[in-house]
Amino acid sequence: MSESIRVMTAELVADPASLVFLDLGETLRRRGQLQAALRVAESGMARYPELADARDLAARIHSDLGDGEAAFDAWMDALQRDPSHLGAHKGLGFLYYRAGDLPRALRHLEMARTRSDEPGLARAIATVRATLRGAASEGAGESPAPPPARPSEPMAPTRRQRDGLPFELDEDEEDLPLEAELFEGFEGSRDGLLLLDVNGLRLGGGLRDRDGRDVADAVAAHLSGVSREAARAARLLDLGTWQRLSAECGPGNLHLAAPSPDTVLLAARDASVTAGRLAVIADRAAAAARRWLERAS
Amino acid sequence: MSRYQAELGRISAVRGVRGAMLVSMADGLVVAESLMDGVDGRAVAALAASLAGRLARTTAEAGLESPRVLHLHAERGTLLAVPAAAVELLVVAVTQSDANLGLARLEMLDVAQALG
Repeated sequence: MSESIRVMTAELVADPASLVFLDLGETLRRRGQLQAALRVAESGMARYPELADARDLAARIHSDLGDGEAAFDAWMDALQRDPSHLGAHKGLGFLYYRAGDLPRALRHLEMARTRSDEPGLARAIATVRATLRGAASEGAGESPAPPPARPSEPMAPTRRQRDGLPFELDEDEEDLPLEAELFEGFEGSRDGLLLLDVNGLRLGGGLRDRDGRDVADAVAAHLSGVSREAARAARLLDLGTWQRLSAECGPGNLHLAAPSPDTVLLAARDASVTAGRLAVIADRAAAAARRWLERAS
Repeated sequence: MSRYQAELGRISAVRGVRGAMLVSMADGLVVAESLMDGVDGRAVAALAASLAGRLARTTAEAGLESPRVLHLHAERGTLLAVPAAAVELLVVAVTQSDANLGLARLEMLDVAQALG
């Protein structure tokens, strides 16, 4: 058992309500321990039936097991709980592409693209569009049959069976540099999650403004002062240790937490992500940051 | 009772709220307050204004609007702040950890809107 799995398992045993099950399940999945991963995911779904991330995790595992129908159902369940869920749109795009339903695949990929700037998604969309253009020019004059509501066979590819697909669910999973591993698998890992040290230096993650400009370093520099101010205010007002600071900022929300005494985590999302959900995302990201810090040290 | 006191009374009446204040955003001084015993109004005012100011600079750097609601959650309670930007005041509340934060937030937004 790897150290990270050991740490996460211990954390889950100590606190069965911990959201670390999401990271544990994903780690087990990536290591190919699919039945163990599924047990973790199912246990998490039982505890958090409304958590879209748990459905997404289960869907990925079902996909790896080759059970496309179960993966499809789980991703649809995820979208019912969070209509803009990145992982669910990627997964459904993947399934529809595999089933040859390119219009639906494109629609889901484009939805995913609104939540992530992963290069693989852009490539996948370009490939699907090109295929659709080719099909349209070949079949000009024919009226195409309406696409099925559910991908037909062949269903989900397993992780070892993806020949010919323009993208993968697990983009860039091999040989990631340590910095890139920090928030790997999280929505907004490169544009909405930021980890910094107490001196305002970025340790990992990224942040972009609404125009797509990289503002991570500038915001990190300011955030160290904010976290010091938060700690000072809580202490002087006899409120104890500060735990989190959230700010509603019109079209966007921010959530600040301290994964360790020497670091600060920022989670930023648009206002469609409720404050409560943003807190859940930040809690998970903070747990991932703690594990990453242990490895990095 | 001044108009300000009446507005603050609505916030202080929420379960778990230990005090509510109006604070000058520019210098962190108390404009009006409705506090329980043991709450240091001047400290609350200064710290809340400083925190709100720093956070506003950060959100500007991130390309976001200034915070509409700020919520500092700590072990034993919470500091809430809502800017009434038109009059350069900050509506501030200090609560216990079991306070009804949702209701306090709504009352504070109402007060901020009423102010300007």
